[in-house]
Amino acid sequence: MPTDPVLKALAAACPTAREAAAGDSVAGVAPRYAASPASVREASALLRAAAAHDLALAVRGGGSKLGWGAPPARCDLAVDTLRLNQVLEHAAGDLVVRVQAGVSMRHLADVLADTGQQLALDVPPGVAGEGPGPAGAGPGPAGAAGAGTSADGSIAGNATVGGTLATGVAGPRRLRYGTPRDLVIGVTVVRADGTVARSGGKVVKNVAGYDLGKLFAGSYGTLGLIAEAVFRLHPLPAGTAYVTAEYPDTESTGKAVAAAAGSELAPSAVEISRPGRAAPLRTGVLLEGDPQGVAERAELMRGLLGPGAVTHDGAPPWWGWPGQTGTLVRIAYWAAGLPHVLAAVDAAAAAAGLDPAVTGSAAGVIYASLAAECDPAAVAAFVTALRSAFARGEDGGRPASAQVPDGPPALASAVVLYAPPDVTGQLDLWGPVPSLGLMRAVKDQFDPGHRMAPGRFAGGI
Amino acid sequence: VSGRRGWKSWRDGGNLEGSRRRSHAGVTMIENLVPRMTQICGQDGVVTDPAELRTYECDGLTSHRVAPALVVLPRTAEQVAAVVRECAAANIPFVARGSGTGLSGGALPHAEGVLIVTSRMRRIIAIDPVSQRAIVEPGVTNLAVSTAARPFGYFYAPDPSSQVVCSVGGNVAENSGGAHCLKHGFTVHHVMGLQIVTPQGGLTWLGDGTGAAPGYDLTGAFTGSEGTLGIVTKIIVKLSRLPEMVSCLLAGFRTTGEGGNAVSAIIGAGIVPAAIEMMDALAVEAAEAAVACHYPQGAGAVLIVELDGPAADVKRDTAAVRELCQRAGATEIREAEDPAERAVIWTGRKSAFAAMGRISPAYIVQDGVVPRSALGAVLDKIAQLSAETGIRVANVFHAGDGNLHPLVLYDDSSPTATEAAETLSGAILDLCISHGGSITGEHGVGVDKSRYMPKMFGDDDLDTMQLLRCAFDPAGLCNPGKVFPTPRLCGEVPGAHRGPHPLVAAGLAEQF
Repeated sequence: MPTDPVLKALAAACPTAREAAAGDSVAGVAPRYAASPASVREASALLRAAAAHDLALAVRGGGSKLGWGAPPARCDLAVDTLRLNQVLEHAAGDLVVRVQAGVSMRHLADVLADTGQQLALDVPPGVAGEGPGPAGAGPGPAGAAGAGTSADGSIAGNATVGGTLATGVAGPRRLRYGTPRDLVIGVTVVRADGTVARSGGKVVKNVAGYDLGKLFAGSYGTLGLIAEAVFRLHPLPAGTAYVTAEYPDTESTGKAVAAAAGSELAPSAVEISRPGRAAPLRTGVLLEGDPQGVAERAELMRGLLGPGAVTHDGAPPWWGWPGQTGTLVRIAYWAAGLPHVLAAVDAAAAAAGLDPAVTGSAAGVIYASLAAECDPAAVAAFVTALRSAFARGEDGGRPASAQVPDGPPALASAVVLYAPPDVTGQLDLWGPVPSLGLMRAVKDQFDPGHRMAPGRFAGGI
Repeated sequence: VSGRRGWKSWRDGGNLEGSRRRSHAGVTMIENLVPRMTQICGQDGVVTDPAELRTYECDGLTSHRVAPALVVLPRTAEQVAAVVRECAAANIPFVARGSGTGLSGGALPHAEGVLIVTSRMRRIIAIDPVSQRAIVEPGVTNLAVSTAARPFGYFYAPDPSSQVVCSVGGNVAENSGGAHCLKHGFTVHHVMGLQIVTPQGGLTWLGDGTGAAPGYDLTGAFTGSEGTLGIVTKIIVKLSRLPEMVSCLLAGFRTTGEGGNAVSAIIGAGIVPAAIEMMDALAVEAAEAAVACHYPQGAGAVLIVELDGPAADVKRDTAAVRELCQRAGATEIREAEDPAERAVIWTGRKSAFAAMGRISPAYIVQDGVVPRSALGAVLDKIAQLSAETGIRVANVFHAGDGNLHPLVLYDDSSPTATEAAETLSGAILDLCISHGGSITGEHGVGVDKSRYMPKMFGDDDLDTMQLLRCAFDPAGLCNPGKVFPTPRLCGEVPGAHRGPHPLVAAGLAEQF
């Protein structure tokens, strides 16, 4: 029986509560306690106990993205969701699944594949060895251990459903299927004070009440603990094909990806990749569907991409997420601005003496990745230069009709998803945030004590 | 549908807040606002005449009627912001209204409040086909976006059946769906950024059009909030590539059960049609009477399946759908060969609601959702309820996503019949909830269904949703009385919102 009264209270709420160990730190911040609730009820009791003792907490899943975002300003308790590991309901006929947050994306993919279905999200690869598994004794849930990716890099090793939703990540196929916020149709959350609340439901079409799933998607655990989620599913495609080509410069790349993304061939993804400034730009298009139809479309797509285009059955090696080391900057932009965004990246990188690899979706989200060895000051200078270019409106390439004084203040953003500690220390990872005042008001309502992952999110939330 | 509650005359709303909003001199606060509103919106942008005000007393849900105290018709976002600032300063509620086609009373005016009509904000500001985006003002009609995008090879996917007149601003408020959302998604999937006027009168952007702006997804949370979090003044929508091919099949079945089996078989085969619509015998009969759509005679159910996409895939899927319908017992299958024939097939479906007037003096349009796999059981139960009560129910529904639109037919000259119809309509919602569904798939909660919210959500759920309301609108002035059966007290209203800044009040500065 623990003598620490706080731990005693936590353990009364959630038997796996314990003193934190070395592996429990959250983005470099070591908590005093760790717990792994096994039910929504336990999670609720745990958060209520944490509230009673004014503990700040961070929620984690498999830990594959634990290093994302800013380190928490305060973290007394690490709560992992790995014991919330049940696929509660898979209504195959309705293309809907209800899962607990701690189910790994890989396990979920396996379950859904049995009926030819999928949760159509490409999750970044996990990091081998990161994450201790559930706090306390007992084996981890099936599929939660280990890292690595499938052939097309689409399924992360240890990423969980909850972590995927909380970070709002999506890979190449965001072009067709969107991001977690587009696929989540219901959530059960535990608020900072322990209140359990539900929004949405388990039917795809539903407009009853506010859609808290959208609000919690990408909220980095700053509004509450996501305990369960219901997702809309898609059939697994019977056939896939990748068509790739290389271009010497950003202009020709811009034209090719615009032609591909704007074609009637319904691509599921249009990706670009360039390992360094001097290298040619690789472009790849994913086509999914009926095998024969895919073959026909691939042939037409090859024609669109030009003489050097090649069709492959599998993903090219550079497809998908860059490896998870060093610094990763997410650049979101209006798709027409691609050539200029690439030019802005090049200019900012040249000025900082860096040469980032660039990978991502021509649909408007690309990633610049920098090796862990890069000079932290140079990385910070790169991101800052990029942001000032975007603030000046240098995300051009847009047609004159879209350059309107009435539009949003910026049409592009640069967010540092993760970076080594000496970079995170000298840079606002999130950059300027639209409507920050409203976001702070939302945070104040959901977490008035600012105990849920404080400081981890945009605008210091 | 004829009115059965009667409109409430000007300023006799009879709500508790009424007295609070009258000044000591007995002159209403609203009357004090008129000169300033006229200054903001111009002489022709302010409606005070009681007879004219009554033309705004309801939206598409005509059973609820309240004349607003004042109507304003701003032309710009800045004017909307200025109007809202005046309301906020005077503690007067305000309601936004687009084209007034909503079916849940979301734009029902407040008797002591200002109705802000966005119908004059009709600019399509920009179309960026390469980025697949357009920026439009809230009064632009849904169809106008597609019309403007068509020359570039694009369209705006959400297509509520009122798309010729309904406004994009209203679509955002209601998260409107439509027949084709089975494949293409709802409004929320096609809104990438919003400029809004906050309930305090500030003008701000939620999202930046990229769909990946840093911070909370307030664009997503705002969409579908039924006008309770602020007023939309600009919308960045996603445009979708016009499909290479569209095909449309019409299949007649003996029963809705057989039609339902065909739907399950299509979805089970991994095919995602753009739309799967079903009508039962009574709905077909009404449509036939109204528009002579020549659907298969004597069919117990008619299924419309539309597929779109690359030609090769559409051809294959169409053949597969035809085969699956045949196996499910289709008595007749027709396939549209061109857009004109496709339009003919859709005529009956699109006229279905209005066609009820041919077979019934009045009807209630219901909007429940059930898991697709429960469709058969729920339809049987509705038929049973109909038989037990002797009240006819015609069924028109988006079968692909389990969204039912039972039309409860009744004679509104009889109060007993009206009450019985309402009871049956409510029983259908109970049925949807008990099958794990929803009380509304696309029409919204509004005033019509707020009383059903506690059947679907617990107190903690509703309370938690209202935290969002409190973050945006702590004073509770923005479309009050909608969505939630009981308003939540938001605690202390931040000092900054208690009154306007002197410069703001003088019209010299904007409050952000």
